Amino acid sequence: MNFIMRHQSTLTCAILLAATLFASSCKEERKLPIYGLRDTKTVKNSDGTQGVDTVYQTIPAFKFLNQDSVYITNDHFKGKVYIADFFFTSCTSICPIMHRNLKMISEKFKDNPDVMFLSHTIDFKYDTPSVLKKYAEKLGVDGPKWQFVYGPRDSVYTLAEKSYLVAVNVDSTNRDGYVHQGFLVLIDKDRRIRGAYDGTNPEQVAQLEKDIPVLLAEDKK
Amino acid sequence: MRKFTLISLVSLTLISMFYSCQTAENVQQDAYYVNGRDLYLKHCQNCHGAKGEGLGTLTPPLTDSIFMKANKEKLACIIKNGISTPVTVHGQVYEGKMPEFNLANIDVAQLVVYITNAFGHKQGMYTTQQIENDLKNCK
Ligand code: HEC
Repeated sequence: MNFIMRHQSTLTCAILLAATLFASSCKEERKLPIYGLRDTKTVKNSDGTQGVDTVYQTIPAFKFLNQDSVYITNDHFKGKVYIADFFFTSCTSICPIMHRNLKMISEKFKDNPDVMFLSHTIDFKYDTPSVLKKYAEKLGVDGPKWQFVYGPRDSVYTLAEKSYLVAVNVDSTNRDGYVHQGFLVLIDKDRRIRGAYDGTNPEQVAQLEKDIPVLLAEDKK
Repeated sequence: MRKFTLISLVSLTLISMFYSCQTAENVQQDAYYVNGRDLYLKHCQNCHGAKGEGLGTLTPPLTDSIFMKANKEKLACIIKNGISTPVTVHGQVYEGKMPEFNLANIDVAQLVVYITNAFGHKQGMYTTQQIENDLKNCK
């Protein structure tokens, strides 16, 4: 009893502190994971001591022709969040679903200049910039916000598999001639992968729609 | 009085015959519709959409009742052989390419029943026999 009396103020303080901590931890914002391989590097701190930093996998420099036959590079997406995918215009299976869903998302964020879209064709034979232009117009999304790009097989396929972690391939046994995964890959302004969503799955597409604002909020801090 | 009984008996029989034919046809139509919906989901929905709404001007919608009525005998050919000649749907010209579908005639019939009774249409039954005839006239 005596003990409690004597320490009452301390106790109240402790309880208050715990409650505040608890409340603030509850409010802690959701953060998206960072995907891909990671590495560490030793860095020199300002006080001369050594520290270790994590190096995340990033999308390397690229340069492709877009639907207006203009070269675009990473600079086009500088300081922006973007969603990348791999498709081809004559695809009769999953691409229409992916792009129906991505179009819906692009409409939701059409007034936000910090959100962009980047679709790479994997049909290096047929999908020239003018074919991509027609496709974009017909899909109803032709504009600077959504880039459709064409590049040599090696650069596009390597970028897909090594950097965006999306499997793509030529397949002569498939009636369309190509096979690929339908992922929509969310990239942050530091070129890191923050999410991969199956563009044919309504729940995953809904999740992507929820995750974009989370990523945008993170960049604001 | 006997005459009256006879007439009412005959007409009752006729009515019930008519009615049972109706329901038999309805039952068959419902079965075609349900199977047709599954086939639609599997083969067509990716391009034409869950509500038959199409996709931009890449893929036309299936909601144009006038088109569906006017081209009913061509639907089997469109599904079986695909189509790449321009089509006008709801006043919009589409210049795309739909792939061919190697389906059995009964599947085509079920698809036709589905797409001509879903999406706001109500065009009734279409038989496998009709599909067979239509397919003889494909261009
Ligand atoms: C790869 C995408 C794709 C798939 C899959 C597809 N279609 Fe089509 N469909 C099209 C395109 C594109 C056209 C317009 C072709 C043209 O412009 O000549 C079309 C046209 C049509 C038309 C005539 C125009 C209209 O809209 O009424 C019908 C009917 C039709 N499709 C039904 C079907 C049915 C039934 C299936 C499933 C068996 C199917 N389609 C699967 C792309 C597709």
